[in-house]
Amino acid sequence: METILAIVIGGLYGTGLYLMMRRSMVKLVLGLALLAHAANLLIFVGGRLVRGVPPLVANGAIAPPDGSADPLPQALVLTAIVIGFGVQAFLLVLLKRGYTLMRTDDLDDMRTTET
Amino acid sequence: MSLLLVLPVIIPLFTAILALLCWRHINVQRGIAVVGASCLMVAAVTLLLTISDRGIQCVQVSNWQAPFGITLVADLFGAVMVVLAATSLLAVTVYSLGSVGRALEAVGYYPLIHVMVAGICGAFLTGDVFNLYVCFEVTLVSSFVLMAMGGERQQIEGAIKYVTLNLMASAIFLAAIGLLYGVAGTLNMADLATVLANEPRQTLVNSIAMLFMVGFGIKAAVFPLFFWLPASYHTPNVAITTLFAALLTKVGVYALIRFFTLIFVGDTGLTHTVLLVLAGLTMITGVLGAVAQTEFRRLLSFHIISQIGYLLLGLGLLTHFSLAAVVYFMGHVIIAKTALLLLSGVTQRISGTSELKELGGFYKESPLLSVVFLVPALSLAGIPPLSGFWAKFAVVKASLEAEQYVMVVAALAVGLFTLYYMLNVWAEVFWKDRPVDHPVVAKAPLVMWGPMVAMGILTLGISFGVDPLFQLANRAAFQLIDRQEYIRAVLGGAL
Amino acid sequence: MNSLILSTATRLLLPLMLLYSVFLLIRGHNEPGGGFVGGLVAASAIALIKFSSGLERARAALRFDPITLVGTGLLFAFASGLLPLVAGMPFLTALWWDQKIPVLLKAGTPVLFDLGVYVLVVGVVLTMIFALSEE
Repeated sequence: METILAIVIGGLYGTGLYLMMRRSMVKLVLGLALLAHAANLLIFVGGRLVRGVPPLVANGAIAPPDGSADPLPQALVLTAIVIGFGVQAFLLVLLKRGYTLMRTDDLDDMRTTET
Repeated sequence: MSLLLVLPVIIPLFTAILALLCWRHINVQRGIAVVGASCLMVAAVTLLLTISDRGIQCVQVSNWQAPFGITLVADLFGAVMVVLAATSLLAVTVYSLGSVGRALEAVGYYPLIHVMVAGICGAFLTGDVFNLYVCFEVTLVSSFVLMAMGGERQQIEGAIKYVTLNLMASAIFLAAIGLLYGVAGTLNMADLATVLANEPRQTLVNSIAMLFMVGFGIKAAVFPLFFWLPASYHTPNVAITTLFAALLTKVGVYALIRFFTLIFVGDTGLTHTVLLVLAGLTMITGVLGAVAQTEFRRLLSFHIISQIGYLLLGLGLLTHFSLAAVVYFMGHVIIAKTALLLLSGVTQRISGTSELKELGGFYKESPLLSVVFLVPALSLAGIPPLSGFWAKFAVVKASLEAEQYVMVVAALAVGLFTLYYMLNVWAEVFWKDRPVDHPVVAKAPLVMWGPMVAMGILTLGISFGVDPLFQLANRAAFQLIDRQEYIRAVLGGAL
Repeated sequence: MNSLILSTATRLLLPLMLLYSVFLLIRGHNEPGGGFVGGLVAASAIALIKFSSGLERARAALRFDPITLVGTGLLFAFASGLLPLVAGMPFLTALWWDQKIPVLLKAGTPVLFDLGVYVLVVGVVLTMIFALSEE
């Protein structure tokens, strides 16, 4: 399972970076989103994968069963997803604003602030 | 005690909430913002005095014991940073009353700067790596909006670059957190320090350390990842640029210092050598970039980068004295830089431009402005007896002691170049006559003068109060280098 | 966009979605659900009005300015963090009230926090949707 997920993470990073290096701003936004997903998945796998043992404390017990999944990475991923959601929404507004203002989607045309 | 530690986070947050609820009443928002910033100032100073009195303090938020819950920790370094953040916020808030204008104030300027500072203070006080990430994001998201506020073409372009690079940094930071948790099984900083000390897989730890270095390096505008800064910092309103310049990159530097004094000190031969090399290159590229600039704020943006280099240099040396130098340098650079940027706003208001060629004649028209420029400018260039001299002297002395002679030469040369372009600014903006085709267009209101002069006086204050302040920095450095006090304060009897 | 099917369906779906969002909010104590998803469902209900009958109708249906909702939501969440400070506990400590209450089952500061998140999410999502759909 780890191997498959590692390949998926690598794929996400690769696609994300590829999209970011395109000249289109829409692809830039998509690329950033993929990059964030890759990082989230990495946290998820980093916290080791366990199948079928949820970290639930049974009635009367004081600790979750042995070998149960670690809930912390999932909490972290959840937080990161929510933050990513907000940031990507902002990016979309920025994208729209940028397009209405400059009438272009090409990042190469946006050089007026460069030194 | 528990209250005092959370106050620097909840005061600006509460101020922002109140200002949000008064969305349509701008004058009320202004009042709330100034009162909130003043309260933060009081709380920050009280916190610093308490920490200085009683040593490192910590609070387990939500009452979950460390290392399971989120811990807020205030050591002297963190408390000093909070005081500096509060100082810049107060100065900028008052300055904004005159400089920002209704158009921005009506779209949530005051709530945003306060949320941003809440995030910054949170980053300075948190003792948990993931919480640090959250604080970074709070800061970033509000800074994104501030950067794009106003919606002019230049700003949107600047914002796109700024947002992209910073989001990449966040993604790298997040990936590093995931790997770190996989290796150490904890994200509490004090706990990490103890766990990683006994970690046999040092190569893996080093790779993670490098990921953190890249993530924070982008945020701190370290060579070679600084390009977003001069491409974006001069585009928003001056008050916003000032706040960014004073605090945002410093949060990145703070995180680097925290991580590379507390957590990643297992293989300093590798990590801190890399930091030293980066420090030298950052200083030099920053200063060369600044020399080539013809626009006031762009020049100051590059100047930020070269100063980041000095801070990193102190961190890379990792001696008690070099860290003390970093703490003092941090105070010096934040205060003097704020003064200069606020001044650039005043000259821009009066002349209607910030191109150095089109400015001029201020020495004749306003001797006070000239003095307010000379104090922080010469201080940043490192002229005795001003604060920059002491700060640079300490950094250079630390490099000499560590026998890093290349760094000594670089630091001195960068100081010389800084003096060169500061004098160049002096000649262009103050000494030469005002160009006839660029007459005075407006007067700067008193609320813009006040904070600027106050920051100038504060620069003098930290220059002449160098003795007690450096002693404070010394104690802060001692807490950084001797990690046991920090670890004991957080984990207590758990060890 | 003027679609009879969509506007009729919206009229039927709206109360259901709002009810479901409250259900999610309350269920969130011990089971999957909570303020965030609840808020998203409520926000999408309002967004549905926007798609079927336009921005003005959606704003009118919401009654409050979304920004005010953001402020109110933050205030609720913030208050839930402050209450334990009054009781002498660290910031954000969960305080539960012993008495069982019908519907809510348990009352305490986390409920208030969740309510704050709910209102906040509605406010934030609608601020974004309204900003994006303004021409």
